[in-house]
Amino acid sequence: MKLLRQSPISARIGIGIVLLNILVAILAPLIAPYGETSVVGDVWESYSSQFYFGTDHIGRDLFTRMVFGARNTIGLAFITTILSFSFGSLMGFIAAVKGGWTDQVLSRIIDILMAFPTLIFALMILSVLGSSITTLIFTIAILDSTRVYRLSRAVAMDIEVMEFVEAARLRGEGLWWIIRQEILPNAMPPLIAEFGLRFCFVFLFIASLSFLGLGLQPPLSDWGGMVRENAGAITFGIYIPLIPAGAIAFLTVGVNLIVDWFLHLSSGLHE
Amino acid sequence: MKNVLLLILKRGGASLITIFVISLIIFVGVELLPGDVAEAVLGQSATPETVEAFRKELKLDLPPHIRYGEWLKDFAHGDFGTSLANGRPVAELIGWRLSNTLFLAATTAMIAVPLAIFLGILAAFYRNTFFDKLISTTTLSFISFPEFFIAYILISLLAVKLNLFPSLSIIEKDMGFGSKIYTILLPSLTLTCVVTAHMMRQTRAAIINVLASAYIEMAQIKGIRRLRIIYHHAFPNSLSPVINVVAVNLAYLVVGVVIVEVVFVYPGLGQLLVDSVAKRDLPVVQASGLIFSIAYIFLNLAADVLSMLSNPKLRQSKT
Repeated sequence: MKLLRQSPISARIGIGIVLLNILVAILAPLIAPYGETSVVGDVWESYSSQFYFGTDHIGRDLFTRMVFGARNTIGLAFITTILSFSFGSLMGFIAAVKGGWTDQVLSRIIDILMAFPTLIFALMILSVLGSSITTLIFTIAILDSTRVYRLSRAVAMDIEVMEFVEAARLRGEGLWWIIRQEILPNAMPPLIAEFGLRFCFVFLFIASLSFLGLGLQPPLSDWGGMVRENAGAITFGIYIPLIPAGAIAFLTVGVNLIVDWFLHLSSGLHE
Repeated sequence: MKNVLLLILKRGGASLITIFVISLIIFVGVELLPGDVAEAVLGQSATPETVEAFRKELKLDLPPHIRYGEWLKDFAHGDFGTSLANGRPVAELIGWRLSNTLFLAATTAMIAVPLAIFLGILAAFYRNTFFDKLISTTTLSFISFPEFFIAYILISLLAVKLNLFPSLSIIEKDMGFGSKIYTILLPSLTLTCVVTAHMMRQTRAAIINVLASAYIEMAQIKGIRRLRIIYHHAFPNSLSPVINVVAVNLAYLVVGVVIVEVVFVYPGLGQLLVDSVAKRDLPVVQASGLIFSIAYIFLNLAADVLSMLSNPKLRQSKT
């Protein structure tokens, strides 16, 4: 709490943006005036008191779609990031603590995965397996965990050489105990900042895939897909696609502001 | 110089192995398809006889390692197989689109690289001033924005409101160079925004890093003129990180074109890839995926090699 009171204005704006988005995502059914997939008006109606943001390409209320889109898009990105994080950091910690062959094999596999451009890799996997929510989550989580692996391995390497790990080893503690009790608590601060960065990346990545028509499938609403569906409007001077695209940008800026503040805190630079 | 060569050879070898493994992954990935390509393409209603015939046509009756060898050999010879969607040779589909993608990427690089380096150096020298903060806020927001957001903002401002550029970049084979440039100006502007932001931030960090080192302070204490410090001490040492930054971002650019191409309906390789993924046209996906990956790996290799060559420390080390 004390930390929060000392936070710079940019971080507060960031926190405000993120909280707003989370609230909207959680309370989606309460806020939305219409059903997620119900057609209620004409095509691309302008904004009015009836439709706050106007209507989309087949006459659904855009505000409703945005609110449910927040839930789907943010929820999906959040689950994926958590998955990628647990997997990546676990592998990273194991590599650092075990060392030797385990480390070599894991690191070379990760090297190769990282040499692959992520978007291309994801497109290829989706073309083979088809686009379902589970495929989407696992593909992105695995691709993203490579970055988490690198960081958590580096962080854990620094901790691993400390005396208290040595002591725990000599006491005869097992691999899991060392990871859970010694490495994890000490690796937390840099990993939290990384979590924000990874979330941004995953969120933008899912939005991009949805924009390409390979993410969440209609009639589920998600922001990237909504940009795609309404893209044709822009040439008529209707700015509807800018609303979901702007919402994506808004949230990433918010998260980035918080991450910046965290990085600043953990780097120990104080003005 | 000898050990630099050795380092470069090592690094190049690693890239070759990576490309090999990636080609293997791409090949095996398609193999793992439930059923096989023949069933996937012909659908559930196909009779066993047609599936069998189609399988023969695609040489699916041969064992996988032989087919992998054949595929790789054909790929090296520029024969990428035939598209499942329209039966045309993949090479024919890809050739023109690849040149379009490279054209777009090259134009963007031409604008973005000098701009980013210039802004990066400027921001590093005037760090913590209003100018620096303005630039870093702008670039941070460009990084946070999805590419299509920037693209649609540019379209609605420059194409719809001011009517300066076409909102779709449809390019024809017989267009002149000038009109080609005019057509792709909006997509390349979009890419420039994204790439410049990344590149400029990293350039700034690299230069600040060099400026903070002890020998620069020493030069300042000795009373050497500012310009001489920059040319003589700061520039040679920041060359290596900056070149690295540029090459890595060009690698990013090669892949970043995918989304921008879709937004502007630009007939490039990225759009072909996305279309083929939607149609599950696997030979096209395999070929274009491999081309993208090779370009990406090659540029990353170039980044490392160039920064090794331009790093004065590595050049002189005797051990």
